[in-house]
Amino acid sequence: MRIRTLVYYFREAFLSIFRNSWLSLAAVGTVTISLLILGCSLLLVVNTDRLADQLESSLEISVFLKDGLKQEEIRELNEKIRFLPGVVQVQFISREEALEEMRRSFGPRKEILDGLEEDNPLPDTFRIKTRRADQVVEVAEKVASMDGVEDVRYGQGVVERLVVVTQWVRVAGIGAMILVGAAAVFLISTTIRLSVFARRREIGIMKYLGATNWFVRFPFLIEGMVLGLLGSLLAAVLVYTGYLSLVEHLARAMPFIPLVSDGQVLFSLLAGLVGLGLFIGALGSTISIHRFLNV
Amino acid sequence: MIRFYGVTKVYPNGVKALDNVNLHIRKGEFLFLVGPSGAGKSTLTKLIFREELPTRGQVLFNGRNVARLRSREIPYLRRKIGMVFQDFRLLPQKTVYENVAFALEVTGASSREIKRRVPEVLKLVGLEGKANVLPAHLSGGEQQRVGIARAIVNNPVLLIADEPTGNLDPETSWGLMELFQEINNAGTTILMVTHARDIVDAMKKRVVALESGRIVRDEECGGYRHED
Repeated sequence: MRIRTLVYYFREAFLSIFRNSWLSLAAVGTVTISLLILGCSLLLVVNTDRLADQLESSLEISVFLKDGLKQEEIRELNEKIRFLPGVVQVQFISREEALEEMRRSFGPRKEILDGLEEDNPLPDTFRIKTRRADQVVEVAEKVASMDGVEDVRYGQGVVERLVVVTQWVRVAGIGAMILVGAAAVFLISTTIRLSVFARRREIGIMKYLGATNWFVRFPFLIEGMVLGLLGSLLAAVLVYTGYLSLVEHLARAMPFIPLVSDGQVLFSLLAGLVGLGLFIGALGSTISIHRFLNV
Repeated sequence: MIRFYGVTKVYPNGVKALDNVNLHIRKGEFLFLVGPSGAGKSTLTKLIFREELPTRGQVLFNGRNVARLRSREIPYLRRKIGMVFQDFRLLPQKTVYENVAFALEVTGASSREIKRRVPEVLKLVGLEGKANVLPAHLSGGEQQRVGIARAIVNNPVLLIADEPTGNLDPETSWGLMELFQEINNAGTTILMVTHARDIVDAMKKRVVALESGRIVRDEECGGYRHED
């Protein structure tokens, strides 16, 4: 392809954009909004996913034993648990140690617990760690069915709830993105249709002069893609600056919430947004080219 | 160069524009196509240009069946044919030079080629001084000269002119006919649809007359009407 031809394509595309400047602006705006929604919900998903990962990795199973087990029985139980698949660590905490631990966690008000040594209500406990988070439930169920086990706790519900929230964010974000994205495609195709209409005379002459179909189509395709690109770049910049300032503020206000801030993740996310913007633009103009440009 | 074999064209609305037309246009010919409005003259040119497809029969261009061309081959057929219109069909926002250059740009010509070829053609049609003028500032005859320049800038083998003098006064028309004769002398085949009786009579070229879609007369050195 000759440079002169390329220059021609881009000049025509930009002329059209400025000729229908208000519609072009609206098209860029809808692309921006739809990708903004997508970008925000993706960031939310990435962060909740990571939070869920961290919670899961810190999960451990607490096994409360029945009162009055003999040392022998406790040791046997310890062995049985240790050989369950997925178990990496088993720690025995006697009721005395458990009370001591609780006393420490109460800090300066530990005298509340005074006098409990004689009638310690805390049971003997095993703490189990598994290799992977999804093994927690299985191991917990097996241990619960063993003799001498009173109860098993592993933070039931917390992980499940987080997963549900993540799922919901994902679905709602993608749903909103698709709706606004469809509006963006529609607006871009309308913009292109007007451009085709404004240049219908020229297009007729081009056909008489022996222009190939792609020569006629290309400026319109470029026009749509430029609109999509502008919209997505705007969205990417907004998402990036917004997220960075959020990370900064949160790092000061709530340091215990670990936000994803590594460049690799952010970069691929933003690149994805820009790619999607180009795709939306190309799709919108292709629709119009097929329907209104009978070359 | 162009052959029509038993060509019939019926439009979707039932109008029979051409009825079993047989015609042979030879290379280098200057041919007038005459006849009343609605006789099928425009349809005939559209079939050559592959704007329309024949309902029956075949149209051959340089031995190739035009109807059988793939859609991506059509532009290359059209580059061999220059079109001149009654209403000029110039782009109003482009200058004379740009209008002519556009025909080359569309075919993907290089800048060098455009810079060489456009002034050459403008000189040929006698508009070398008006290169940077917008069509609106030209007379009708001058605008048609731009149209002709645009049609021949690609060195077409065939020039189809659809009533090129229909909007022009007689004097201007004669000037244009001299230009067409010059182009024909250089080897370009010309097919001209026209109602201009005195021009046809004076030029003494081959005349093909259509009536209700049929060729009713085809004679060398003919006149607008059959002398009876």
